[in-house]
Amino acid sequence: MSTETIDLKTKLLTDFHARESLMNGEAASPFHQKKRAAISRFEELGFPTPKNEEWKYSNVKDLISESYHFNAESNLTLADLQELNIPDQNANILYFVNGHYSEELSSIVSSSEQIIIDSLQNAYKKNPELVNRYFDELVKDDSDAFTSLNTAFAFDGVFIHVPDNQTVEHPVIMRFMSDARAENVASQPRNIIAVGRNGHVKIAEAFRTLGEARSLTNAVTEIHLDRDANVEYYKVQNETENAYHIGTTQVRMLDQSHFYAGTVTLNGRFTRNNLNIILDGEHCEAHMYGLYFPDGSQHVDNHTVADHRKPNSNSNELYKGILRDKSKGVFNGKIFVREDAQKTNAFQSCKNIVLSTEATMNTKPQLEIFADDVKCSHGTTTGQIDEEALFYMQSRGISKPEAMSLLMYAFCADVVSQIKIDSVREYLEGVIADKLATK
Amino acid sequence: MLSINELRASIEGKEILKGINLEVKPGEVHAIMGPNGSGKSTLASVLAGREEYEVTGGSVTFDGKDLLELAAEERAAEGIFLAFQYPVEIPGVTTINFLKTAVNEIRKYKGENPLDAAQFLKMVREKAKLVSMNDSLLKRALNEGFSGGEKKRNEIFQMAVLEPKLAVLDETDSGLDIDALRIVAEGVNSLRSPDRSAIVVTHYQRLLDYIVPDFVHVLYKGRIVKSGPKELALELEEKGYDWIKAEVDALG
Repeated sequence: MSTETIDLKTKLLTDFHARESLMNGEAASPFHQKKRAAISRFEELGFPTPKNEEWKYSNVKDLISESYHFNAESNLTLADLQELNIPDQNANILYFVNGHYSEELSSIVSSSEQIIIDSLQNAYKKNPELVNRYFDELVKDDSDAFTSLNTAFAFDGVFIHVPDNQTVEHPVIMRFMSDARAENVASQPRNIIAVGRNGHVKIAEAFRTLGEARSLTNAVTEIHLDRDANVEYYKVQNETENAYHIGTTQVRMLDQSHFYAGTVTLNGRFTRNNLNIILDGEHCEAHMYGLYFPDGSQHVDNHTVADHRKPNSNSNELYKGILRDKSKGVFNGKIFVREDAQKTNAFQSCKNIVLSTEATMNTKPQLEIFADDVKCSHGTTTGQIDEEALFYMQSRGISKPEAMSLLMYAFCADVVSQIKIDSVREYLEGVIADKLATK
Repeated sequence: MLSINELRASIEGKEILKGINLEVKPGEVHAIMGPNGSGKSTLASVLAGREEYEVTGGSVTFDGKDLLELAAEERAAEGIFLAFQYPVEIPGVTTINFLKTAVNEIRKYKGENPLDAAQFLKMVREKAKLVSMNDSLLKRALNEGFSGGEKKRNEIFQMAVLEPKLAVLDETDSGLDIDALRIVAEGVNSLRSPDRSAIVVTHYQRLLDYIVPDFVHVLYKGRIVKSGPKELALELEEKGYDWIKAEVDALG
């Protein structure tokens, strides 16, 4: 372990205790007690090393070897932000600059009967009991150091609540901007999405970085689906060559709820996405789709969990990647079927195209099944572009580079088409087509 | 139009074509027949530019150009079309998008402006009617889940859209029932014209009942061992290939 590693950890611990000492009676609140427990967990766990099975192929040494300015100020204006993002008049747009939710810059178009969107802090002030019911509940037993760290510093971010029987017509698009033009910046957004019985909502999280300095994002989103709820959740990462991203999305589903996740990593130096879904009800349906396109020496790691705890639920997973140059990809998909979870259907598939001999893809499906009446399957493929398909296209007059990009685009199409927020899907279609055409 | 001279080709070090000579003039239809393993499909693949085959000798000129110097897509743009024996399924690319890309890539090669969406759709609808291709198939992923007959019809439809000077049909009849065969053949015949030629590679004579050739050639052990008028196909149907094999093998 290098001295810098100790430094970042020590710095964070010191920061925490300094903040705590400024608190008055608040330090005794249940909210803060959760943070205190989290910092202890972080202190105990420390940053993971490749000896940790969960981090075997993803070394964070480089990520923690530098210092960052946490919660840095930024002079980005709404006009700047709008220029960097695609417009969507029909969506609730939430801006986060360096992890800090800005109510001022954001625009909420849905009525407060349909959806309540507030900063985590304000939401807690207004209704501590409600926020406390959800905050940290899904991750408190997580043995991930980054998640604990996020909890300990949970300050920024939003609380989104969809009351029972509300269908939120306009999607919620959360735009996270890291402004790394002047210095290394770090942010730890923490979001809670609580969807009541029979509540319906579509949500996207989009991450971008501006500037050449390093950015570190350690994001955690907790999503609660009550009975019959329906949530579509998309995460799009289009960051810079100096962007490090660790993100955890933790989901709990109750009876008859439906959850769809799409995780698309377009760019970033180092990306680790954890998507953990607990199917804690009967007749639930969870779908997970993922896409990643690392090139240069980029690193993309997707860890997913489908934890079936009750009978009669389905999970389905499809992740796809195209790897170039010296990039590295990791896929680890866990499926747990607990003893009670009879009649579970759980399917998982990870398909990759590796275009360079120096690129590597590590795939690891992990099935742990304790029930006897289940249908589970998993499969991974890693290969090159289909030569026969390439020749077929060439024989119709399509040049080899054009045929390659068409085939690669086609490879991605079944994942892209799953994204049901039009502006997000159209944005992805454009960026992906460009990305596949330029090389 | 097409002139093949002493063409030799091998795959993975094994020589398949051992000196092919063939002259195709505008408007002519040539049938290439022969027993399994004689090199029929290899000849079709080499003409279309499949890279797995190594040309080890001879020459092929097409409209005065050295065909063997051209990449597969350039051959297509020059007017050669290969109808595949086993058309490839390409999930995620619709037939219509695939063809639009192909048409516009060929136009680009010729220095022409791309067709706009309206012009393209109008042209495609006309061609689809010509080969009785169902519109709904056009919007589906290319050949994905198509029946054998639908795939072959899609080949002929693509040929109609691309309007090649020389069509090479590689065992287009294989796997087709008689009705599908007739529809495919009608499509091919409707494209016949004094300046368009075709090479029809087939194992059986029955396709030639519908696409009547000007010449029939028998390929055996990598060479054209017999050529004749369309009646030769009927003779082969009746007597099989053994008498030709015996003739050739006797010459040693």
